[in-house]
Amino acid sequence: MKVNKRTWIRTMCAAAAMAAVSGAAFAQGAPLKIGLLATLEGPFAAGGADGMRGAELALSQRGGVVAGRKIELVKASSNANPDVAVNATRKLVEQDKVEIMVGPLSGGEGIAVKDYSKTQPQVTFINGGSGAQATTLVNTSPNFFRFNTEGAQWMVGLGKAAMDKGYKRTMIIAEDYAFPYSQVQGFMAEYCRLGGKVPVKAWVPLGGKDYASVIARIPKDVDALLVVLGGADAVNFLTQYENAGGDLPMMGGSITVSQDVLNYKGKRRDSLVGTISAGPVADTFDGADWKAFVADYRKAYPVSAGGFPSPSLFAFVYYVNMKAALDGLAAVNGDLSGGQAKYREALSKMVLKTPTGDVRLDGNRQAIGTTFVTEVVKDAQGNLSTKVSRKVDNVDQTLGIKKEDFQMGTRDVPACP
Amino acid sequence: MSAAKWRRAMHTGLTGAPVRARPQAVGRAGGRSAPAAAPTVDSYADSDAPRWLKYLWRTLGARHVFVLVFVLLLPFVASPFLTYQVAAQSLIFGLIALSLSFLAGYGGMVSLAQMSVAGMAGYAVAVLGASGTATSLGWAWWVVVPFALVIAVICSTLIGWLSVRTDGIYTIMITLAIGVAFYYLVLQNYTVFNGFQGFQKVYPPVVWGINWRDPMPFYFLCLFWAMAGYFFIQWLVRTPFGIALQGTRDNARRMNSLGFNVTAHRVAAYAVSGLLAGVGGVLLVWYNGLITPGSVGTGWLINVLVIAVLGGMKHPIGAFLGAIVFILLQTFAIDLIDRERFNLVIGGVFLAIVLFSPDGLLGLWAKLRSRFGPNQVLTSTPQRRQA
Repeated sequence: MKVNKRTWIRTMCAAAAMAAVSGAAFAQGAPLKIGLLATLEGPFAAGGADGMRGAELALSQRGGVVAGRKIELVKASSNANPDVAVNATRKLVEQDKVEIMVGPLSGGEGIAVKDYSKTQPQVTFINGGSGAQATTLVNTSPNFFRFNTEGAQWMVGLGKAAMDKGYKRTMIIAEDYAFPYSQVQGFMAEYCRLGGKVPVKAWVPLGGKDYASVIARIPKDVDALLVVLGGADAVNFLTQYENAGGDLPMMGGSITVSQDVLNYKGKRRDSLVGTISAGPVADTFDGADWKAFVADYRKAYPVSAGGFPSPSLFAFVYYVNMKAALDGLAAVNGDLSGGQAKYREALSKMVLKTPTGDVRLDGNRQAIGTTFVTEVVKDAQGNLSTKVSRKVDNVDQTLGIKKEDFQMGTRDVPACP
Repeated sequence: MSAAKWRRAMHTGLTGAPVRARPQAVGRAGGRSAPAAAPTVDSYADSDAPRWLKYLWRTLGARHVFVLVFVLLLPFVASPFLTYQVAAQSLIFGLIALSLSFLAGYGGMVSLAQMSVAGMAGYAVAVLGASGTATSLGWAWWVVVPFALVIAVICSTLIGWLSVRTDGIYTIMITLAIGVAFYYLVLQNYTVFNGFQGFQKVYPPVVWGINWRDPMPFYFLCLFWAMAGYFFIQWLVRTPFGIALQGTRDNARRMNSLGFNVTAHRVAAYAVSGLLAGVGGVLLVWYNGLITPGSVGTGWLINVLVIAVLGGMKHPIGAFLGAIVFILLQTFAIDLIDRERFNLVIGGVFLAIVLFSPDGLLGLWAKLRSRFGPNQVLTSTPQRRQA
């Protein structure tokens, strides 16, 4: 009896092993593999999932086939930590042998993956959603492309809008890492030039919960606050500021004034109406391409299936980058020979049609594109959304400043107290 | 688990590997009676072969030779990815987990700060050595690495000195608090640790014309230090110090009344574990090429404990087994199941292993051996009962 049971278990193990081996053998085909990396864990998990939706949308618009070759997406996840992102990328590139890599999502990750891309010259890397300036500004990698504009470019026009509103002195509250540095630099470059003053900058840790010390530091003589916080951090800050009785007008960073923050429930919610912000997307932009993109997104990912009411910034940038990867493939008819030389040539010269207008690349393979200055409005149903107040085209990475005068954003640069 | 229970659980396993001690070592340590170390028939006892050769002949089994050949040949047959990301990373985390399983398995002290100690060594390499950040001092590697290890040992000793007076859950609490404090320190300090962004481009040096960042050299570097750590612990637990440490684990009061300084032994164990974790930390920062606060966050403090428990704490090899399973799962779980649910697979496997074998993979191995292996007449009985 005992022997029988033992034999049976051994047989089952052998059968399982054979099934695994033969299954692997059947899976041999020759679709073109594209790696896709986004943050499905950690602070940007919701944004990462929406980024994946955007990338999938770009592929499904082409029916999953480019130049007669079937495209297979190989997905990986990170958690906004650079070491995790590099490990995940390394798996996609070296183990799954993807030929094109799209990702990652967060600023610090982008810099680390760009550094890694130098060791893998046979693969073309296209950014996902990361928006740190340094990725394509210093120490550039010849096989890393970014078809989305970055953090500083997203803030162009906000400085002028602030001066128009009469905000002459502003305090900045921002998270303490590469992406908000870029955002703050983009705002201050313009704001300081027009005569605005920033007496205090408060850098808070990512994922912070307690903003009491920051709120206590707000000077009496400032006209407005610029809040560059993401997701949960922004909601925490707004709630605590409201409880502390604060009533200064607010300006938001590109990922601060997004749907998940606008829909939080709080007394101060109504006071958000009129908040100005800037970014690569605006919910109610009336361009035909944008409307078509939103309709496609809503059709593919209705709210009941986990999508957002309107595509988030991350869905948009992943869509744009994946579309660039596929359009480039179509342009060279799927030819990736010669170390992908032709493909990269096509990418560098491409004029990419995006839902918000045409995008070109500069010499560092960084996008030159459109930025929207927006204002929060309340519609008839009481929902808050962003309305375009100004559209700025052809924003380049040095924000129109001469290259030798341009300074990359850090904690202390630029300054105009 | 209370401290007493923990120790009892450890104690029941004592007939297993750890205390296959040489009788004279036990004799010198006083106290404990050696568990029936009956003199085996040794056909080579009378020959004039050197002593180390006799020792090898007595202890080396077929499985040791097999594992050794396997780890030496692996990089020549496996892809660079498997060599670097799976094998080398497993060895590094195995080494860090070994520092914990030495503390917990042989000293009865569960410290959650082992990853922090490794991180301190890693940060020391990044701050003192060369990196992409301007604040790094750029010293030569042969100054930096000893410095990093000394820092790790000192910090670990201090952590031990703080926490050895506590027991069980309180030790865990204190070491967790230290670990989290270190995380927030490196997250918010900009003058030394460069805050959230940490240090990029911390690469291993080029020595003897070999670029140690390449997968194969790096693998052998990790293999060397992992094996060094493994054999060091194997040797250490049979020395008088190691035996006395296990004595303090089993009954501290009795050891104290026998004239052993329990606190000193425990602090010394922390120092040893600090050295192991420090070596692991240096290798880890070279492996990643960067270090950020995320590397020493709460998640990783817990992961090291998971690796140690997963493998089993009764034998040093458990840490490495646990690390292999952990890294394999972390790397490949996303291929098995829907991308948004892959953490479920990881958690499920951990749960299954711990549920069916409280002693981790080592316990599972012992169970399987007694069930499917050649029917052993007498020796298998106690293992079965234990299972």
